[in-house]
Amino acid sequence: MKRGVMKHKKFILVMGVLAVVGLIFAGCGGGATTTTSAPATTVTSATTSSTEAATSTTGGATSTTTASLPDLTGQSMEIAAVWSSGEQDAFQKVIDAFTAATHAKVTFTSTGNDIATILGTRIAGGNPPDVAFVPQPGLMAALVQQNALQPIGDLVSGAASQYYSKGWIDLGTINGTMYGLVYKLANKSTFWYSIEALKNAGVTVPIATWDDLISAAGTISSSGITPFSIGGGDGWTLTDWFENIYLRTAGADMYQKLATHAIPWTDPSVTTALQDLAQIFSQSSWVAGGNSGALQVTFPQSVVQVFGSPQKAAMVYEGDFVAGVITSQTKAKLGTDADWFPFPSINGSAPAVMAGGDTAVLLKDSAAGKAFIQFIATPDASDIWVKQGGFTSPNSGVPLSDYPDPILAKAAEEMQKASSAVFDMSDQMPPAFGGTPSQGEWKLLQDFLANPGNLNSIQQQLESAAKAAFGS
Amino acid sequence: MSEPAKDDGNGRQGRGGNGEQPGPVGAAPAGAGWLATAGGAVATLGRTRLRGWRPSRWTIALLFLIPALVFLGVLVVYPIFFSVVRSLYGTPGQGFVGFHNYKAMFTDPTTLTAIKNNAIWVAVAPTLATLIGLVFAVVTERVKLRTAFKIVIFMPMAISFLSAGVIWRLVYEQDPHIGLANAGISAIVDVFRPPGQYPNATPSQPQLLKAQGYAFDTASSHAADTTVLLGLVGIRPSLVPSNAVQARPAQAQPGALAGTVWLDFKPGGGGTAGAIDPGERGLPGIAVEALQNGKSMGSAKTALDGTFFIEGLDPGVKYAVQLGSSAFRPAYGGFSWLGAALVTPSIIVAYIWIWAGFAMVLIAAGLAAIPRDVLEAARVDGASEWQVFRKVTVPLLMPVILVVLVTLVVNVLKIFDLVIVIPPESTQAQANVIALQMWRVSFGGGLNQGLGSALAVFLFILIVPAMAFNVRRFRSET
Repeated sequence: MKRGVMKHKKFILVMGVLAVVGLIFAGCGGGATTTTSAPATTVTSATTSSTEAATSTTGGATSTTTASLPDLTGQSMEIAAVWSSGEQDAFQKVIDAFTAATHAKVTFTSTGNDIATILGTRIAGGNPPDVAFVPQPGLMAALVQQNALQPIGDLVSGAASQYYSKGWIDLGTINGTMYGLVYKLANKSTFWYSIEALKNAGVTVPIATWDDLISAAGTISSSGITPFSIGGGDGWTLTDWFENIYLRTAGADMYQKLATHAIPWTDPSVTTALQDLAQIFSQSSWVAGGNSGALQVTFPQSVVQVFGSPQKAAMVYEGDFVAGVITSQTKAKLGTDADWFPFPSINGSAPAVMAGGDTAVLLKDSAAGKAFIQFIATPDASDIWVKQGGFTSPNSGVPLSDYPDPILAKAAEEMQKASSAVFDMSDQMPPAFGGTPSQGEWKLLQDFLANPGNLNSIQQQLESAAKAAFGS
Repeated sequence: MSEPAKDDGNGRQGRGGNGEQPGPVGAAPAGAGWLATAGGAVATLGRTRLRGWRPSRWTIALLFLIPALVFLGVLVVYPIFFSVVRSLYGTPGQGFVGFHNYKAMFTDPTTLTAIKNNAIWVAVAPTLATLIGLVFAVVTERVKLRTAFKIVIFMPMAISFLSAGVIWRLVYEQDPHIGLANAGISAIVDVFRPPGQYPNATPSQPQLLKAQGYAFDTASSHAADTTVLLGLVGIRPSLVPSNAVQARPAQAQPGALAGTVWLDFKPGGGGTAGAIDPGERGLPGIAVEALQNGKSMGSAKTALDGTFFIEGLDPGVKYAVQLGSSAFRPAYGGFSWLGAALVTPSIIVAYIWIWAGFAMVLIAAGLAAIPRDVLEAARVDGASEWQVFRKVTVPLLMPVILVVLVTLVVNVLKIFDLVIVIPPESTQAQANVIALQMWRVSFGGGLNQGLGSALAVFLFILIVPAMAFNVRRFRSET
């Protein structure tokens, strides 16, 4: 009888623990999750001895260059980033190399566009991933303010001084402490076009100036094809349009001032840039699907509209990662069907590049997380992805010859020779203004695309949204 | 609680009217569950403290309630109070802000849109879903395949709301090749107004040819016996019929207005606008009319080389030339269901698609419980079917209808999933609702969980009356 009672108390305890654990896990779900090895067993340490054997087989021979990493047998960690589909597959190979070197079990969570929201939820719930790749330095700053990030300066000091130029280090440094390391870069000043469509229209490439672009758009339209495809369904594509124009009309100094809200959005320089943008946006017949149609086109769709079948437009502006969408979602071949020219110069502006990138940050003081940050700073970690394509690295240890196609090598080279290179402006700003779907700049530029006539009102709304987000 | 249970059990058996054997309770297999275990625990507890003590009914009730109270406290009461307290604080940097969040909530235009949309939702969605459910319930009573019918109507409830949202996002796509709603409309529209062969064409010389709707009129009049050159551009070369040939100027004929309509764009560029260059082909099949004071005086169709001859005109009289709209009308481009204006009604339709089945099932159950003789009596008294429905069925069903309605009101106040999935990012702000706004400000860009908590508290206050109503109903029924 005594043992019977005890058994029951144990049973209640076990049930209770299970229920609580179940609730916690139910509450912490979010984003699509893939696991390198066996799923679901990540919490129980008792089963690791069998699973780690399975894990270590994925790597085979351990790479010699990453031998300085600790042996993390039996440890598990989680990485979150915006990458999905093709990019996720490519990054998985980087993770595999890390797993091979350290035997740590790595889970990758793809957050999609909403990384600010997902990280925010996870941090509030006390269960952040170990490492995250944040696409916006502004988000990194917001996380630092919440004390959600661990300093990484000591972890990467060697690699950073050897392979990273000062600009990239500065980008990851807040108030003198380094919290982030730029891993993946994108040249966001690339204007992509269908070679066939521009040839039929008799337009010569590269289109060097903005005036040439506008007159070419007229010619292309006459040739029977809509000149521009705009992915207005994603607000960030519109901020990139604006930033490239602003960088060329106002210059890098003003650009940086606007990024820090040192000048207001009602500044005349913003008016000038928006007027230039309206030259395209206000020509409904120049935009595939018209203005209202473009507002429902996501970024990948905007690329498919140019390089897929049926072809709906001749040109699409976005960063060098357009190449990845072309190869994965259309039959078009880079170089023969698709190519790009640098974003045209406006009023004689010098060559300028706007870059975006994903920055690695450490959210947990875990051994595996720290080791991963160390790993990601090595040229090897970048080289794995560079060779797969769709990736530009700020790491100078990666040889240019490793880029798989000349189109991407050109993008990397362009970034080196640009007289002024700036980081994506909306990404530097507080995410409430520059990084959240249907809010702030993303939403207001969508409103601008919907109705390019109400320029003044848009500028005032931009200013009041910026004021609210910057808190000044 | 470690004393042997058997002796006490025997001793107790006589005293309590409780015929249950404590032994078996203690020894019950593990699978017996919470109830049996709790009973055992209570019995043992009572016995340890006081041999002769019989716990009062209240104590026992309390002991039984403890597990539920703990769960309710941890999962319901604590979060509510925490949210209220949290709503008085700002972001981690701001600290205590008093009622600032509540003030911000009612001055921020985004939140006001959300509140307005929530009001539309509450006013429209539950009523419509209940009405449609009622109609379905009454109709399915009378049809033969009622079970099959009900299953079909109820089916959407079996799909997760997220998936249902994705389905409706596709239904509402603007491109008629993707969106089901627009595909249906375009199938009908294209029958009555078939798309032309050369949509989106524009004149190569805008000063000569003006667009009138989808048709084109010459800016000036032309005498019979003369010829005109009407160049068009913006036509995809693949749309020109493959048997079209090199365009050529028409030969002037007495009593006829002649001319050429051609694609004035040389593939590869380099042509002159307004002149027929080698390699530029005619545009066959365009209806051309000669107009005098807006009245058609003769017509013709363009040939493979783009030439046309409008015969039987008075020499010396001047005519305007019109290129008929039938050739230039674009295919139906699709209605913007998820545009700024209609996005909320569109989502409400999706909501009704899901929840009408729920209303139908509950109301049908109520309908089955209505005594047939009342209905028969009404019919015998000479009431028409409508009168029976209106004066007998609906009043008898009122309690069920109210419960359905109130449940849906509570449900609609909390609406979130459909609003985040269906609208594209560009119109999500116009479709915003309180629950979505709460989530966005708490965890999106601003990470302002204070404001989010304030919104949550506001939502809670809105829901309380509906919940109170439901609780009172349950109480009056038992």
